[in-house]
Amino acid sequence: MTRYIRHAAAFCALLLIALLVNATRVQVFQAGSLDANEANRRNAIVRFEQPRGDILVDGRPVTGSRDTGEQLRYERTYKNGPLYAPVTGYASQVYGTTFLEHAEDDILSGTDPMLAPLPLWNDITRAQNPGGKVETTIKAAVQQAAYAGLGGKRGAVAALEPSTGKILALVSAPSYDPERLSGTDRAVADTWAELNSGATKPMLNRAIRQTYPPGSTFKVVTAAAALDSGAVTDPDAPTKSPNPYTLPGTSTQLTNEVDGCTNASLRYAFQWSCNTVFAKLGVDTGLDPMVGTARNFGFNDRGLRIPSSVAASNFDTSMDRAQLGLSAIGQYDTRATPLQMAMVSAAVANGGSVKAPHLVDRTTTEDGDVVDTAGTKSLRQAMNPGTAAQLREMMTQVVDEGTGTNAAIPGVTVGGKTGTAQHGIDNSGTPYAWFISWAQADDDPEPSVAVAVVVEDAAADRGDISGGGSAAPIAKAVMEAAIGAH
Amino acid sequence: MAGTSAGTAPPAVPAVRVPRRRGTELTLLVVAVLLSVYGYCAVGLAKNDTVPPGAAGYGAGLGVLALVAHLAVRLRAPYADPLLLPIAVLLNGLGLVLIYRLDLETPHDEAAPAQLIWSTAGVGLFIAAVLFLRDHRVLQRYAYLSVVTALILMIVPIFFPAVNGARIWIRIGGFSIQPGEFAKILLAVFFASYLAANRNALAYTGRTLWRFKRLQLPTGRVLGPIVAIWLLSVGVLVLERDLGTSLLFFGLFVILLYVATGRIGWIAVGLLLAALGAFAVGSLEPHVHSRVEDWLHPFASIDAGRGPNQLAQSLFAFAAGGMLGTGLGLGHSILIGFAAKSDFILATAGEELGLSGLCAIFLLYALLVERGFRAGLALRDAFGRLLAIGLASILALQVFVIAGGVMGLIPLTGMAMPFLAQGGSSVVTNWIMVALLIRVSDSARSQPVPTPAEAE
Repeated sequence: MTRYIRHAAAFCALLLIALLVNATRVQVFQAGSLDANEANRRNAIVRFEQPRGDILVDGRPVTGSRDTGEQLRYERTYKNGPLYAPVTGYASQVYGTTFLEHAEDDILSGTDPMLAPLPLWNDITRAQNPGGKVETTIKAAVQQAAYAGLGGKRGAVAALEPSTGKILALVSAPSYDPERLSGTDRAVADTWAELNSGATKPMLNRAIRQTYPPGSTFKVVTAAAALDSGAVTDPDAPTKSPNPYTLPGTSTQLTNEVDGCTNASLRYAFQWSCNTVFAKLGVDTGLDPMVGTARNFGFNDRGLRIPSSVAASNFDTSMDRAQLGLSAIGQYDTRATPLQMAMVSAAVANGGSVKAPHLVDRTTTEDGDVVDTAGTKSLRQAMNPGTAAQLREMMTQVVDEGTGTNAAIPGVTVGGKTGTAQHGIDNSGTPYAWFISWAQADDDPEPSVAVAVVVEDAAADRGDISGGGSAAPIAKAVMEAAIGAH
Repeated sequence: MAGTSAGTAPPAVPAVRVPRRRGTELTLLVVAVLLSVYGYCAVGLAKNDTVPPGAAGYGAGLGVLALVAHLAVRLRAPYADPLLLPIAVLLNGLGLVLIYRLDLETPHDEAAPAQLIWSTAGVGLFIAAVLFLRDHRVLQRYAYLSVVTALILMIVPIFFPAVNGARIWIRIGGFSIQPGEFAKILLAVFFASYLAANRNALAYTGRTLWRFKRLQLPTGRVLGPIVAIWLLSVGVLVLERDLGTSLLFFGLFVILLYVATGRIGWIAVGLLLAALGAFAVGSLEPHVHSRVEDWLHPFASIDAGRGPNQLAQSLFAFAAGGMLGTGLGLGHSILIGFAAKSDFILATAGEELGLSGLCAIFLLYALLVERGFRAGLALRDAFGRLLAIGLASILALQVFVIAGGVMGLIPLTGMAMPFLAQGGSSVVTNWIMVALLIRVSDSARSQPVPTPAEAE
């Protein structure tokens, strides 16, 4: 019997070995994929186990955390939620994260290895770092002015510091309070459904995720291309432009809202926004210089991140001459985000150099030790500095005595460009009112702010919509705030 | 002296003094109790940053139980294997720690206090068994009483309502027991007794199949019991929806039959019948079928949008533990849900103690089993040998079936991890099993050391 007992013992040993092998399989070899399984709630539990790091505006947190004592313990709270929603985004237990909450999640949630005091420290201790802080470039006063200026009208504002690319304001209206998406209860799901079903799309970040036809504000780009390519050498010389202008190869006639555009100079056409002159100028300049300049300003860039990804602004790269003429006045397929148009304005203000727009000044640990600092990075040279100087002058004239007088600020040099963008089938939609501008206080060495405002106010009377009328006053308020905060 | 082989020939040479090793046992017991108290404190420190208020009481209680059990062994089974009791105490202590740890997540449903009471009852029965059962061979006389009692115990739950899909409970008032657990020991006693009495008939009669001597099968008359047991196990399974217990009984019987007769034919028949039965039940019985489906596709419910099922949650827990574990109190195996403290307790061990802790636990079980086999090898009487092998096999099979189930190695069956899992019947039964192992090991080790000539 002894022999058979040994056999039975060997069988039991075999069972044990099978268990050990299987335990190793599950705990070592499959552990990675099991840990990463989306249905594994541990990730969420660990994630919400500690307060999330704060997002700071002007050194003050605009976010907070609330201890709920539940399984997903800490909920995100927001101060001035609707005001900063386009900057912070939301951090929801149920619906994930967006914008800075998403782009800087590793810092905020404490998982970024850079937060650890020593490399590999956390691998040894298995401890989690407290969430770090994200200091934004946003100026509260500028943000507030932009938000108040829009006054709930559908639209967006983007404001930049031209010399650095720091984003001073990023506003989208109507907005929403991201705090309503924190937590796990029924109300969160209801809020989500409500926000998504609304026709006004309050969660859409119009400043960086929505593109609009830029209308006449695009004439800045066209003018830069014409001057840089040599299509125009003297801004004050007549441009041999007919009025109306028949788009090449078609019978479509382009007209103007203002008089005096026949054969007008570039300066006059810019000041009074002559469609005929700029459409012809685009055609004269040619497709390649136009595409090249648009690209240098940032159009067709699918990789722009601030660090949230920015929707690509579009300027078609293959068009016939009629389409090019329309595109040159910001119509046809030309589309731009408000941030892109702020970059256009900033490029003019900054001698033609486009600085990388960014929203995060620096990230720190909870204790304030710097993890990463954003430096000023040049993206591209959009135009020659001489061209930029000429455009600055022309933009200033727009505000001094052209279509943009509503943006004038006493004691401050302001340059601007209005735009009214037709859209919809046969231009049936309510036009978008645009205004892009920059401002330089007289005692400042260089412009301190560049702004783009778009108002898509469906409720307004169609006749009243013009960049100068509804968008320029908002830009003015933003510039005043920026100069005040400067 | 109790349990000595009084009937065998006296030693021809002057007796070598057999070491008793009671001091070893006491030392190991102290270690086991200290380890348990340490675990208890670790949970409290991890969860609440304080040593749990009951730590001293818990340690004292466990220490007193261990000490009294040790004294009983010292008094009545002085030659018993010194590893058995410390391993049982350590596993039981660790189980209490894990249950206490899970209780902290479910403050309205505490299981540790009841488990402590059952453990005390188990140790009480252990002591009683060690004190009053002077010779394991006495049990041989009660073989048929055992099997009748076992059958009654197994059949009774059919008349009680199902709990979580399985009809294995008797509920009287707030008090519930799982009689199948006790039936394990009774069946082991019966099998050992029956096979010890009939092993020659089983081994040397029957007809040869395919001309291979090894595949010689017994006649229908002798084949009767195994078929009866097989039908019984499948019957239990179908009526009570208890795959684990039926597998356990069947495996136990096949192992003992093989050990008693050495006939591979039995194993062939056993495997064939088991495969047939398992296939039939696995594909026909919906409750068992769903278990098989869960085993094959543990993440199907996630893909279907219903979230992870218990098995998936259990796999997540093991994975979260990794090599070293999260540390006691720092895991999230409570996500497994209602069976976290019972069937799935191993997942908590796997998550919080890691692969290293799990290996330690498996090795503790392995040692327990090995000590049972060792006693079986050393004993001279067939009944005692088969009883020891039977008890050890029950432990091994049960650990394999439940651990394999919660780790996705085999389909899941509702069974309790010996000593670790919440469950009064289970912990009491396990203590009785350890008492019987103590008794047989005492008999085995108190036998005079064979001379070199005898050992051949």
